Amino acid sequence: MSETPAEVVPDPRELQIKNAKAYLLKAGPSGVSLYEHLSALLSRILSERPTNALETLEQMSTELHWSRLQKGFDSLRPLTEDPPTVIKAASHRALFSSGTGEADENEGDGEMTDSPLPNLYELAHLLQQGGVSLGQEETVRIALAMKRLTDTHPLQYCRFWGKIFGTIASYLVAEVQFREGEDEEAEEGVEEEEKATAEEEEDEEEKEEAEDLPPKSTYRPPPVVPREENGAGTNKYVYFVCTEVGAEWIRLPPVTPAQITTARKIKRIFTGNLQAPVITYPPFPGTEANLLRAQIARISAGTLVSPLGYYQFGEEEGEEEEEGATRNTYEENPEFEGIPVTDLVESLSNWVHHVQHILPQGRCVWINTAVKSEEEMAEEEEEEEKEDEEEAEPEVGPPLLTPLSEDAEINNTPPWTAHLSSPQIPQYALAVLHSNLWPGAYTVASSKKFENIYFGWGIKCSPKGYSPPAPPPPQPEYPSGPEISEGVDPTVEEEQALKAAQEEATAAAEEAEEEEEEEEEEDDD
Amino acid sequence: MDAASLYMSQELVAGCGVSPEQRAALSSSLRLLQRDMRLSRVFFWGKILGVRGDYYIAQGTEGGEQLRGRRSFYSLNCLDWALLPPPTADVIREAELIKGCFIGDPAHEYQQTAWKKVGEGSAATVEEVTNHIKEESRLVATIALIDREAAVAPRGAFIKNPLGQVNINHSFRGLTVSEAKKMSSFFHFTPTLIPKKKSLLEKADQDPAVDFLDSLEHDVPKGCWSLQLEQGSSVVILRSLLWLGMTFYHVPLTPQHGYIYIGNGERNIDLPFMI
Repeated sequence: MSETPAEVVPDPRELQIKNAKAYLLKAGPSGVSLYEHLSALLSRILSERPTNALETLEQMSTELHWSRLQKGFDSLRPLTEDPPTVIKAASHRALFSSGTGEADENEGDGEMTDSPLPNLYELAHLLQQGGVSLGQEETVRIALAMKRLTDTHPLQYCRFWGKIFGTIASYLVAEVQFREGEDEEAEEGVEEEEKATAEEEEDEEEKEEAEDLPPKSTYRPPPVVPREENGAGTNKYVYFVCTEVGAEWIRLPPVTPAQITTARKIKRIFTGNLQAPVITYPPFPGTEANLLRAQIARISAGTLVSPLGYYQFGEEEGEEEEEGATRNTYEENPEFEGIPVTDLVESLSNWVHHVQHILPQGRCVWINTAVKSEEEMAEEEEEEEKEDEEEAEPEVGPPLLTPLSEDAEINNTPPWTAHLSSPQIPQYALAVLHSNLWPGAYTVASSKKFENIYFGWGIKCSPKGYSPPAPPPPQPEYPSGPEISEGVDPTVEEEQALKAAQEEATAAAEEAEEEEEEEEEEDDD
Repeated sequence: MDAASLYMSQELVAGCGVSPEQRAALSSSLRLLQRDMRLSRVFFWGKILGVRGDYYIAQGTEGGEQLRGRRSFYSLNCLDWALLPPPTADVIREAELIKGCFIGDPAHEYQQTAWKKVGEGSAATVEEVTNHIKEESRLVATIALIDREAAVAPRGAFIKNPLGQVNINHSFRGLTVSEAKKMSSFFHFTPTLIPKKKSLLEKADQDPAVDFLDSLEHDVPKGCWSLQLEQGSSVVILRSLLWLGMTFYHVPLTPQHGYIYIGNGERNIDLPFMI
């Protein structure tokens, strides 16, 4: 088992070669070894095969060194990134190019006339006369962004709703209606919602099966008010927002009554990030996107107004429907004669709301939540503790197309202020109406035309100052009764009386026992 | 007369402003105001919305001094201007208590009930005193408050000369974009009442001719300013959340800057709940 000498002492020449190679492989201060350099140099010579390799050897070696230095320079200073102005400019440039390309296609299809794109230039002009400015360049950019929205979605109706400021970014809001049956996202959304609720229910059931449950709370949350269908009430329109022209339009989710009722109780400035959490008391169900949608619904219901007679109720409906049902559709009146601007300014009764009032319940059409589905009814019966629920009174709001003169005053401040845009040339002036309740809501009307816009923070004016609602009263611990209430300490007299009574009782018992014993003795005999 | 500033504020500050007719009226009437009052500079300050009418406010300066001794004027029709008296501490204190919108009539009287302590020690009783405050005084106080809390100037736009006067810095070429993104580059354009104590380290970087005002950086509550780059990052917009409607604009790398207030003249006291 002895080792061979060849293995113990390597060949001296081989060792020499190894040492030499190790020396060549040693990296210099630049991080590159001579071995690497020479191999790179040789491989270059072999690949290029220059005619005078010996003469150009030094030059090639220097070039190789330089190329390495160049790389090191790059790693020291990264490539300069485009400043944000350039990035924004590129996104704005994209708006222009996409516009021209698709316009040609539309002409071919003959869709130019059918396009729901609003005339934003005219809107901007009217608003400027009224003292509300969009900014000339900004108008063009917003118009192009709206055009992109109408090109990419099957829309039937589209309007620039306004701008809501936020602390980090501002929202541009577009109000749209899809063509019937072509709103794919909404249908998907409904399915998802149903799935989500189904999953939640499953979760709850699973939880109930688990052992060792804590005592159940007797608190029963008030019934959830179902949200209105797409295309009705508060969800009549779909809203798209973007924070910057050229950015993608983001569709806001439909609003639920709970979100509207909570939004009424809170006061909050938007941040400009749709995903931002809304941390308030009472807790708001949803993120900033939901709050934005709720505020848009509230502002629309409060401030979208039109001259009297511009809209009329549809003739087909109404009479056939049941009594008490509110009419919720209207159409443009083709015979609208126009109201003189001076009349519009002088009297608020010449203006009407053309968006339905939102009831305290958070819906436009009242729904009775006391009516329960069959399953719930069965559960109720099992529980037996059925309280006599009073028949809920339906909430009624002012009907559609109610004049503004009916609007309630708040803290002695009239809710609307109207003035002429130009007192110098009244015959060509416009009527400008602005809301004192929602600062930033403007309506500009000529005799036959009108435009609504909102430019503000999305906050309702509250002259008395905001104070958050008090938390609900805590649950009472126990029903008070004799078994848990402390008794009154007995007085001395009572104690003595009790003692005497006890003594008497024991004495009587002893006597009875003695008698019994005697009787027993007698029996024994 | 800074006609250019009026045009710029219209173009850059989105939202409500003044109509072209009013702008035309302002540019001529303010020039005449400047001549009549012998002012060195007149600028449009803003608009306070009232229920029945709006107040248009202009301010003017005499001589080179820009910060102190500014005079305020108001007009209801953009043509006839009236001088407002200088604000006193009493007027501001009384007017701060009034709530609700402006009416739009300078002669309107607000009735304000206040409680006053009469007597001393245990014999002190509280008496109800009714103050009558004219809307004109409220206007004076509101303008003074907004100037004190929300007027803004970029760093370096104004310079303090050895005599203590604050002059326009004619060599101001605008903030760079990276500077304009920082709150510390913007100053409250109001005489510093309570100078903040600064550490030696902070003082070392400061130029007494330029850094004689308080910056917005440490304003309370935190986040009471909204700084945004708008119109394709070409203009810096600074909005005050404490006085909703106060908007400052500055185009980076140009000396163009200014502020305009268009609002209902009420301080947003609900701000702590809103941010």
